[in-house]
Parts: sequence; structure tokens; C-alpha cells
Amino acid sequence: MHLRTTAAAAVLAVGALALTGCGADSSNGGGDAAACTPAGEPVTLEFTSWIPGIEDVVQIWNDANPDIQVEVQTGPNGNSGTYQNFFNQIAAGNAPDLGQIEYDALPNFLVQGGVEDLSACENVVAAEGDFVDWAWGQVTLGSESSVYGIPQDIGPMALFYRADLFEQNGIAVPTTWEEYMDAARQIRALGGYITNFSQSDINQFAGFVWQAGGQWFSNNGTDWTVDFTDEASTTVADYWQQMIAEDLVSTVPAWTDEWNNAYNSGAAWTWPSAVWGANSIASGAPDTAGDWRVAPLPQWNASDAAGGNWGGSSIAVLSGSDHLYEATEFALWLNTSDEALAALNEAANLYPAATSGLALPSLAEGVEFYGDQAIYDVFAQAATEVSPDFVWGPTMTQTYADISDGFKAAVSGSGTLLEALEQGQAATIQTMESQSIPVAK
Amino acid sequence: MTALSPVGTRIREPLVPRISAMLVMSVFTVYFLLPLWWLLVASSKDTGDILTTNPLWFADFSLFQNIGDLFAYRDGIYLRWLLNSVLYAGLGGAVATLLAAMAGYALAKYRFPGREFLFNVVLGGVLVPTTALALPLFLLFSQVQLTNTFWAIFLPSIVSPFGVYLARIFAAQSVPDELLEASRLDGAGEVRTFFTVSVRLMTPALVTIFLFQFVAIWNNFFLPLIMLRSEELFPVIFGLYNWNTQLNQIPELRSFVLVGSLVSVIPLIVTFLLLQRFWRNGLGAGALK
Repeated sequence: MHLRTTAAAAVLAVGALALTGCGADSSNGGGDAAACTPAGEPVTLEFTSWIPGIEDVVQIWNDANPDIQVEVQTGPNGNSGTYQNFFNQIAAGNAPDLGQIEYDALPNFLVQGGVEDLSACENVVAAEGDFVDWAWGQVTLGSESSVYGIPQDIGPMALFYRADLFEQNGIAVPTTWEEYMDAARQIRALGGYITNFSQSDINQFAGFVWQAGGQWFSNNGTDWTVDFTDEASTTVADYWQQMIAEDLVSTVPAWTDEWNNAYNSGAAWTWPSAVWGANSIASGAPDTAGDWRVAPLPQWNASDAAGGNWGGSSIAVLSGSDHLYEATEFALWLNTSDEALAALNEAANLYPAATSGLALPSLAEGVEFYGDQAIYDVFAQAATEVSPDFVWGPTMTQTYADISDGFKAAVSGSGTLLEALEQGQAATIQTMESQSIPVAK
Repeated sequence: MTALSPVGTRIREPLVPRISAMLVMSVFTVYFLLPLWWLLVASSKDTGDILTTNPLWFADFSLFQNIGDLFAYRDGIYLRWLLNSVLYAGLGGAVATLLAAMAGYALAKYRFPGREFLFNVVLGGVLVPTTALALPLFLLFSQVQLTNTFWAIFLPSIVSPFGVYLARIFAAQSVPDELLEASRLDGAGEVRTFFTVSVRLMTPALVTIFLFQFVAIWNNFFLPLIMLRSEELFPVIFGLYNWNTQLNQIPELRSFVLVGSLVSVIPLIVTFLLLQRFWRNGLGAGALK
């Protein structure tokens, strides 16, 4: 008995400590613009990023800027641990000056007071025109004057397709979603699937909604609006629901061996995906080298030219940093200078968010796996067609999980994608309210 | 000799239970070895073959090529991680064993007020999972600016409540009070008695504690996840996890993760093979009480 009480006391103590640790960060807000002036002395910045090989890129900066040295720190992919670490470190007061944060996670940092507003920095404000306009929207988060990060990379979407199979079977490459479904029926009749519908990549689905003109979140400065079932979302959900119901798409879990194998064996013919997906196919389906091509994403109306986006990240200054000026100088260099963009593209296939980066020489070349097609031209075009209005919400981890649960149920026959979105919306509003994030009714 | 051998006269288990026991054990052996086998096979393939060939049989055998690539990747950062793990686990395990031995011995052999209370507090420590302690430890270490240092992993690794428990049980059992009396009468101090007499008697338990702690530190994932940010301090498990989280975007890392996992198992296997004799003794001793 004695033993049990001791242990219980210990557990309680631990729990209390953990709670104070997590709760502390809500007080030190990042909303107020801090001063953005040079320190006037040599500064060492800490920069956390999970991109392998980014040290080499930073080395270029360090060699040229002895007074602003940047120390690279690393960790797992954001949602796999680094974001939680950022929050812990902010609470403990020893967060790095700069951190990589994906666009869909940035609002979470904003509502938790985890990132500094960079609008006091003239260099940042002046850089707006250097970036693809909607990517800038991803770091201003719908506000008029605030800037919460420097865009790093983007994931404009296009259609990867098996040119050889389409040609052999006399099927035209679809340019609208309607044609896409027609092609899907023809392909199904031949025994294949036009694509695989991923139950877990909710941000891919969000990319479709984004293209269709949907808007899941908006923020008027104080209150958030949540709407996963607007017209565009409903259209997209109904469309894929029909594809699933007619058995026109396979539904194996994405990113598994089974999934790779579907592409490698020719069972799946296309993949509407982001620019970084070029590498995923090349490595996951090595036997199909030379057979793939890239076309623009199918449109909802034949006359439209709307793009979607899947992924991408920004470099934010985490709250507590004393060196806003130096941090933004570095972040701007990293994401706008040709030498850094070229190095990032080479080291980690990052597709730049800066307009000048879209014209990198390495992105103009033909890619062998895609039959020497200059595939990045397609993505560069798509990058200019993405709507600037799409905003992410502050609880995306939970939102993704809830919608994904609904999608998994829908592909196994219980419920529909639209119902999953409805449930996801209800759960998201509930989560936001439980975190005292104001939600407009 | 053969005539005296008990084999002929020993009461043998009937055939059916023996066969079924063997069968159950074979099934479990296969069950436990299959992942290792898969890892070995997958490590021997180049990136393309991993996904396209039979997962349980070899394609083109390029294991050594892969290991070479892994060791060369980013100036041998993997080897650095391996070395870190050996340092954290080896050094941490050794110090933890020493501390646990001294604490357990003191709790077993000296009578002082609060002895049972102290022991119960230590036992309480066994019940708190190390994962739950990682965040509080991070906040504590932040106060003294020790996060993201060698000490952030090393210091928490040198305490082993379970080791103290095991050492106490074992000391109570295997170190006779008479022997300590004799040693004192001969003029040896307490410290000398501990190191020259008691430690030797406790060796099997100490090896067990060391092995337990070595494995616990080697596999400790959550503490490095929270504490460390500089790549050159990572233990190998955490480094591999980091690579693994990048696979969607950087698929080339796949074969490094696989080969890296295979190589990272080897030190554990070697340690076990070297020390398993003691391990068995120690486990038995712990179980008797």
C-alpha cells in the first residue's frame, strides 16, 4: 500500500510538471511585433530544419557572413516530433531562433503564440513581391499586415500519368475531371485503376478542394470560420465518392509497399500529386522508368486554369528570439537567393516558393524518368494558378486525423466522404473551442 | 561411464507433449526471427529491388555496397550515431550499474532509519515509465542549460531503480553477513569491503543490471527526441527515426534506414552473446526471492 501511494504521488507530480510545461506558452504571445533592428555585434542563430543536407546550404551563408553565424539543428519531420519540440522549447525559453514550419502547421503556432510577427522588419515586407503570391498568403494567414514566416517551398499539383498505357489503349489524357472519370471507366474495363484514393493524405484532398475554389478556414482577425462542406468541398467529395462507389479507384493505404507496387506494376495509371511526388514515383516504381509524363491537373470547367497545392513549408522566427533582424536576413537569403535555392533544390528537391526560383536552370532540364519531359515547366505554370484564398486552420493535426477516420470508413462502405467532412468539421470546431480559440458561429 | 549415464533410466516426457512443445517453440522462433530475416534480405537489395522483388528472398546481393554507402553518407554521420549510442549505453550502463550496486548493497546490508521508505521510493521509480519523465526532465535541464548536450542523455541514463531493486535482493541473498564481519575484523574499511568482497559475490546480478540498462539506454527514444537537436549528438535509433520520417519526400533514404537498422542491431547481439551466461544466472537469482 505504501508503495502504491508513493508511486501515485510520483505520477501526479510528473503530470503536474508536464501540465505547467505545456500551459506556460499561451502567455507569451507572438502577436505583438517586436523591434527589428540589427544587433550591432556578431550573432549566432539557431535554426532547426529536418531537411537532410541543409547544413551544406547554410555553410554557404556562414562563409559569407561572419557576423551572422547560423547553427543548424535537426530533428524528425515536423509532425513526427519537431513541432512538439518547438512548443516544449518555447515553454522552456530555449527555442531556436528559426524553425521550419509547414504551411498547414503555421496557424497552430500562431494561436499558441509560438511565432514572431515579422511585419516590423522592412526587409521582410519588401520581399513580398519575390514570392509566388499565394505562398505569401500562406504566411500572412489572411491578415492585412502581419507576416509569420518566410515561404520556403511549395507543392503545386499536376497529373502524373502513364503515357504508354494511355497511348496503347487509345485513351485521351483527361483535361477535366469529367474526362478523368470517363477515362477511369475505360481503364477499369481494361482491368486497371486510374489512380489510388488515399484515405490518409487529407492534405492531398484539401489540394483538390483548394483547386475547386473551396475555403476550409477563414479568419477575420479575431474569429475563425470553419466550413468543410462549402460548394467546392461538396463537389470534390461527391466526385471521389462516386469514383469509390463505382470501384473506379483503388483504395490501398498510401505510401505502403502495396501502394508502390500498384504503380510499379501498372495497376494504377495516374497520380494527381504535388511536384515533390516526382521523386516518389521514380523511387517507388523503378520498373516504369520512361513511361510517365506530367500533365496539368484536370479542371472542373474546361475553360478554367486553376491549380492546387499539396505541401510546402516556411521558415518562421520562433517566439523568444532576440535577433529578428539577423534571423530574417538569413531566412530571406535562404529562400530567395539563387545560390541557396539551387543548393536546396539539389540537396533535397525543394521546389522554391520564390518566383525567381521557378526559373532555376536545374528545373528547366528534362527528367530522364519522365522520358526527358521538362516536367517542372508544368509545375511552374501550375504554381501561378493556385488560389491565394485558401487558409489552414489552427488544429490541422486533429482535423486530418478526424477526416481520415471518416475517409477510411467511407472507402470500406460505411458513410460517405461528405459525411466524413461534416464530422471532421464538427470535431474541429469542438477542438478549437476546447482550446479557447474563438470560432464564429 | 556410459553404463552410469542416467539417460537410459531418466523418466522421459511422453512423445506427444515433447513434440508439441517443440512445435510451439519453433513457431515462436520463426515468428521472432522473421522480421530479422526480412531486414537482412531487404538490406541486401538496392533501392529499386526493395519494392519490386520478393521481400523474403535475395535479389542482387549488394549488402556490402549498401553498408559502404551508408557509412559514406554525409561524411559518415551514421558511424557517429553508432559511436554515440555505444557511449551513452556503455558508459551510462556501467555507471548505472555501479550506482545501483552501491545503493542496493547499502539498502540490504546496513540498518538505518528510513531504509524501507527509501527503498519504496526507489521501487516507485520502477513504476514510472521513462517516457513520462522525458518532458519534466527537459524542463529541468532547460533551467540549467544542459539540453542538447551529452549530459542530457547521459545523466538520466545513470539511474536505474530496477537495478537498485535487483542489487538489493541479490546482495541480501549472496553476501553473507558473517563474511562482512570477518572482513571488518581483518581491518578492511566499508568501501574496501564492498569493492573487494561484495562486488565479486554480486557479479551475476551486476551483469544483469548492466545488460538491462544497456538495452534500455540503447532503445531509449523519447529522451533524445525531446532533448537533442544537434545531429552530432544523436544516438543511432533516433537518427534512423529522423531519416525514416523523410521517406515520402526523400525516398533515397529508404535503403539507408534499412541497412542502418540492421547494423544497429549488431552491437546488441554481440553484448548479449558475450554476457548471456551471467544474464541467466542473474535473472534466476532475481526470481528466487
